[in-house]
Amino acid sequence: MNGIPMEHGLLLSAVLFALGLAGVLARRNLIMMLMSMEVMFNATGLAFIVAGSRWGQADGQVMFLLILTLAAAEVGVGLGLVLQIFRRFHTLDADSLNGMKG
Amino acid sequence: MALTLFYITSAVAIFATVMMITRLNAVHGLLYLILSLLAVGVLFFLLGAQFAAVLEVIIYAGAIMVLFVFVIMMLNQGQQTINQEQAWLQPGIWVGPSLLASILFAEMLVIVMSGGDAETGYIVNAKQVGIALYGPYLLAVELASMLLLAGLVGAYHLAKPILKIRKPERNS
Repeated sequence: MNGIPMEHGLLLSAVLFALGLAGVLARRNLIMMLMSMEVMFNATGLAFIVAGSRWGQADGQVMFLLILTLAAAEVGVGLGLVLQIFRRFHTLDADSLNGMKG
Repeated sequence: MALTLFYITSAVAIFATVMMITRLNAVHGLLYLILSLLAVGVLFFLLGAQFAAVLEVIIYAGAIMVLFVFVIMMLNQGQQTINQEQAWLQPGIWVGPSLLASILFAEMLVIVMSGGDAETGYIVNAKQVGIALYGPYLLAVELASMLLLAGLVGAYHLAKPILKIRKPERNS
C-alpha cells in the first residue's frame, strides 16, 4: 500500500486548482492569466498521478503525458496570441480587449 | 518519512502558488511558478511516478518556462527595462524563491541519504508507462501528435506578422 493517503493528494490537487482558478479570475495581466492556467493544468496532472499511484496502474502517468502535450500546445499558441495582442493594442490588460469586430 | 516529506512539499507548493498569484511583476510570479512546478515534481517522485517527475522538471519547469521568459523579455523594452533589472538585482526579491528551492533541495538530500528510496510503496516505472502508451493508448498518442502539429502551425502563423515587421527595421 502507498504511504501517502489518496484523500490528501486529491485535496492538494483541488487546492492548487482553486488557486489557479482564482488567479485566472482575479488577475488581468494576460501573462499572469496564462501562468495561472499552467497551475490548473498541473493540478489536474497531480490528480491523475495520485489516482495512478493509488491503483498501481500506468494509466495515470499516460494521462499526465497527454496533459503535458496539451499544456505545451496551449502555451505555444497562447503566447503567440499575447504577442499579437501586445503588438496591436500595446497593452496586456485583458479588460481592454472588450470590443469585437463587426 | 514519505508522509512528512509529502506534507512539507505540499506546503511549499501551495505557498509558492499563492505567492505567484499575488505578485505584481510577471517575472517575480514566474520565479514562484517555477518553484510550484518543482514542488509538484517532488510530489510525483514521492508518489512513485519517477518518469512523470522527470518530465515535469524538464518540460514544465524547463521548456515551457523558457517560453514565458522569452515572451516577457520581448515585451519589455527601453530604459524602463534597465531600471527594472537594476531593481531585480537587489537582494530580497529572490530570497523567497531561493528559500523554497533550498527546502526542496534538502528534501532531495534526505531522500538520497536514506538510500534513494522514499518508501512510496507501489512504483510505476517508465517501462510500464511506455508499454501502456504504445499499447492501449496508441490512438491517444496519435491525437497528441496531431495536437502538437496544430500548435506548431498555430504558433508559427500567429508570430509570423511580427517577424515580417522586424525584418525591414533591420535593413534601414
